[in-house]
Amino acid sequence: MTGLRAARMPSLLGRHPVGLLLTAPYVVFVAVVFAYPLGFAVWMSFHDYFFAAPGATVERPFVGLENYAAVLGDPAVRRAFLNVAIFLVINVPLTVAIALVLAVALNGAIRGRTFLRVAFYVPYVTASVAVVGVWLFLFSREGLVNQVLGPLAPDPSWLVNEALAMPVIAVFVAWKQSGFFILLYLAALQNVPRELYEAASVDGAGRARSFWSVTVPALRPATVLVVVLATITGANLFTEPYLLTNGGGPNGASASPVLLMYQRGVEQGLPDVAAAIGVLLVIGVVALSLLNRRLLEAR
Amino acid sequence: MRRMIVLGLGALLFVFPFYYMFIGSLQAEPDTTVTSVLPDPGNLTLGNYAEINEKVNLGTSLLNSGIFTGGVIACTVVFGVLAGYALARLRFRGRGAVFGIVLLVQVVPFQLLLIPLYVLIVRGYGLADSHLGVILPFAINTTAVFVFRQFFLQLPNELFDAAHVDGAGELRVMWSVALPLVRPALLTVVLLTFIGPWNEFLWPFLITKQADMQPLAVSLANYISNVAGRAANPYGALLAGACVLAAPVIGLFIAFQRHFVSTDIGTGVKG
Repeated sequence: MTGLRAARMPSLLGRHPVGLLLTAPYVVFVAVVFAYPLGFAVWMSFHDYFFAAPGATVERPFVGLENYAAVLGDPAVRRAFLNVAIFLVINVPLTVAIALVLAVALNGAIRGRTFLRVAFYVPYVTASVAVVGVWLFLFSREGLVNQVLGPLAPDPSWLVNEALAMPVIAVFVAWKQSGFFILLYLAALQNVPRELYEAASVDGAGRARSFWSVTVPALRPATVLVVVLATITGANLFTEPYLLTNGGGPNGASASPVLLMYQRGVEQGLPDVAAAIGVLLVIGVVALSLLNRRLLEAR
Repeated sequence: MRRMIVLGLGALLFVFPFYYMFIGSLQAEPDTTVTSVLPDPGNLTLGNYAEINEKVNLGTSLLNSGIFTGGVIACTVVFGVLAGYALARLRFRGRGAVFGIVLLVQVVPFQLLLIPLYVLIVRGYGLADSHLGVILPFAINTTAVFVFRQFFLQLPNELFDAAHVDGAGELRVMWSVALPLVRPALLTVVLLTFIGPWNEFLWPFLITKQADMQPLAVSLANYISNVAGRAANPYGALLAGACVLAAPVIGLFIAFQRHFVSTDIGTGVKG
């Protein structure tokens, strides 16, 4: 009997049934931590979901688009989406510019490459919470930045200024994440054929000209990736407005959608509304990524 | 020449805040004047480290960070190796489906999972203020599965054929033939996985409300948002804590810097 089963099992489960066993933890994990919560999030956003005492059975009626209407009608949420748009408009081009320029410069550098790579990459590997600490210090009212600027220092100061809070966060994130994108560009630069530069210099193009006519177009696929990844990171913004501007202040001028999800879902006990914000945010990010790809790849 | 100026200026902008973080953590009196960029021997102290230790208990916080990070690394490596090996070298029913899942999971954004995971883990499973609850969503890293699969695929088939001829079973082949050969991948995955949980703020912040369960990133953030305003030298203590949080990652990064390659950096990032 056992012999018969052992002989039949392989054809049923493949040549190496043990593979099922080895992948089982991963599959179970994905089901519990990804698939189920994903469905749960969407379901929650269409129902009246609230926290109930453990063990209590409560009704959670279907409410259609009510949560979405509540979200879209909430000025704080609309402000948060506007803020993240401001963030992206500043952060994404700045990240691309910093990473591209430094990667091209680094690619041709002969000395100090290891040191420079480490220097550019250190902000990326360091915890946001730690570097936020020093930015708070640098950009406080009496901080070094304002001391250097003297009479030019903005009033009210950077992080408590409604017009400047979000731009400072956008610059902070660009500074922190550029190291990752420098390495990404650096890898892409290795694939640009040397002949293109030679041809450009034969045609009499200078350094600046060949940067714009050879390097930038050759790196376009990498740029698409940088833009898409930076957009996704930006949409996930939470730690910086929570800590740097003391919970999205002043007056919600730097609140982000994820911060709102935390405030509505966890602090105020409205997980259904928070789930609706999450669904809208993801739809926005996906739409934006597709749009970016189309715009950048079309040319 | 212009290239060196651009690079030098860039490096200064990237490194200066770290230098200033360290200098600031040693100041007895907060000094933000332009001359504060150079350390003033008369204004140096280690008192800020004692101060932050008193406020957030560095020992407990570091231990919690260590448990969180260690747990995530252990699970990532064990389950990543198993699944990666199976996907690369074994033929079994459902392999295509599993590989499809691997690719799909990489496009699911964490924002969407935040609230339902919180509801499930805190309210459903009652895992608030537990190490398990903090580790769970990070326990398996799809990118690690992918990296291990790539490494196992690159191993020559002859090796495996020889082992099979010798009568070794699949698990034995994985353990004694394949695993020793992917040791470099193991180191890369461990290093990159370290960064994620060590630096992670949002998830442990949601899960741990008890001070003695919080990893350092969370307890330091709570210090920043609640306590700092009332302390005598708030920035000194805050920066001392920031140095303690940053030092292990920066140290590891500098020591193993050539193992951080651009192609698989993504492993360190929750995505």
